[in-house]
Amino acid sequence: MSLDAATVRRIASLARLRVPEDQLPRLGQELNAILGWIEQLNEVNTGGVEPLTGSAALAMRMREDVVNDGAQPEAVLSNAPERIDAFYAVPKVVE
Amino acid sequence: MSLTELSIAEARAGLDRKSFSAVELAQAHLDAIAALNPRLNAFILPTPERALADARAADDRIARGAARPLEGIPLGIKDLFCTRGVRSTAGSRILGNFVPPYESTVTANLFRDGAVMLGKTNLDEFAMGSSNMTSAYGGVENPWQRKGDAATRLVPGGSSGGSAAAVAARLCLGATATDTGGSIRQPAAFCGIAGIKPTYGRCSRWGIVAFASSLDQAGPMARSVRDNAILLGSMAGFDPKDSTSAERPVPDFAAACDQPMKGLRIGVPKEYRVPGMSAEIEALWQQGMAWLREQGAEIREISLPHTKYALPTYYIVAPAEASSNLARYDGVRYGLRVIEPGDSLDEMYERTRGEGFGAEVRRRILIGTYVLSAGYYDAYYLKAQKVRALIARDFERAFADVDAILTPTAPSAAFGMGEKMDDPVTMYLNDVFTVTANLAGLPGLSVPAGLSAEGLPLGLQVVGRAFDEETVFAVGAAIERAAGFTARPVLRAGG
Repeated sequence: MSLDAATVRRIASLARLRVPEDQLPRLGQELNAILGWIEQLNEVNTGGVEPLTGSAALAMRMREDVVNDGAQPEAVLSNAPERIDAFYAVPKVVE
Repeated sequence: MSLTELSIAEARAGLDRKSFSAVELAQAHLDAIAALNPRLNAFILPTPERALADARAADDRIARGAARPLEGIPLGIKDLFCTRGVRSTAGSRILGNFVPPYESTVTANLFRDGAVMLGKTNLDEFAMGSSNMTSAYGGVENPWQRKGDAATRLVPGGSSGGSAAAVAARLCLGATATDTGGSIRQPAAFCGIAGIKPTYGRCSRWGIVAFASSLDQAGPMARSVRDNAILLGSMAGFDPKDSTSAERPVPDFAAACDQPMKGLRIGVPKEYRVPGMSAEIEALWQQGMAWLREQGAEIREISLPHTKYALPTYYIVAPAEASSNLARYDGVRYGLRVIEPGDSLDEMYERTRGEGFGAEVRRRILIGTYVLSAGYYDAYYLKAQKVRALIARDFERAFADVDAILTPTAPSAAFGMGEKMDDPVTMYLNDVFTVTANLAGLPGLSVPAGLSAEGLPLGLQVVGRAFDEETVFAVGAAIERAAGFTARPVLRAGG
């Protein structure tokens, strides 16, 4: 597997990460080196093996379906880069 | 003895005897930070006013006879833990102005028990690194130097490099840290101190900036195994706010440090003799086996056949989870926003994230996005999860025959600042011995065990069964007793 500039550009776009055009080739090389190294996993026979998503106890805990926090708009908004009243402000998304 | 040389147990005893006050203890460490931090850069943000206020409150409680388990003990807090009202950056530019309105569970537990916060310690950006060189707030210098070579500045390891350097240089009695692939144990080994990554689920992840949620686990760093046990006793415990937090009682970890070795079976995995491992690390490993045998343990060779696949597995699983976790940094709710006039919402996201994240974080987000993307999910991510299952099964089988596993912590001693920076894979190899415990969710402790020919500290690692930190502490304490590691770094308070 080899990543060309177009693929790197596409992944960067999926990740919402601005990558200057002149950095694409070098980044592609770096990612290829990592992916090439990762390829050795293909040597492992994983037939019939269940994937392990994590090492915590498998059963998810349930909690009471109740409101236990909230009504703290000032705390929630205290780090907002831009706000209008009790709202986060972003560039216009609907024409 | 100087106040900055005390163990946590000694400091607690001295405070209760009123040999010194909590304010004096805090001030001694603040003076050390003022003297050495400009060079070491171990703290991103010292918090002297907060430390003295905490210490005055501690002195009040001690005077009233109401001292708590960590009353007056000055600690460094890794800047990955959210601290209420105190800037928490994760070592990233993107969180450069973030002041959490809440407290992480682990730090809340420490403060509940009377700990004093000296400041926020440096780390690799979002805990992604093994050298602390990826921090947006600059690298950290290891307080140790090669014999006769004061000119070469060494890394403290990473990602908890600031915590490790601060503890080693006597800027604090202990520190919090986190470990996703070795970020507690490798820097502990590089800086000649002890540190434990407990079992996944032992410490709550709530309020810790997430890197790879199925691997991240908080733990302490301190200069002795017993001090680690004392700190972990306060940090650990069930937390309903973390869905993977273990609903189990917290044992008396400090008492476990006195358990005898007689009758214990210690496994030595043959696959950890990796190509290129230095002869002195091999010799230290043999020495560790001899120490444990002399104290009555039985050494058995074991096999963990999928060891060589652990790092490539990790470099799929961790970036995949990171790419998802770091999607939250979008310049809308907190942190950096970078926007040009006329930008669309997507352009704002891309500009913010492109400028807010450093090179290593961007690399890992891209790898993670790629392995999760349509058409590649099965080939990479699902495959890695299956190999992860095999790695966990290796340990399960081994623990049928042994009670703990002994390995080196890292394949080398600390390296120079700027070395290993050209090739990401070379840097990743630092974690070859530690990453398996994260993938399997097991506790791992690094203990300083000797010095390299160049005079740098080397560590041995003890891995235990899930939720059996007690045996891990017992074996670690046995190594510590036998090693008699008293060497101290060149750059240290009062040094």
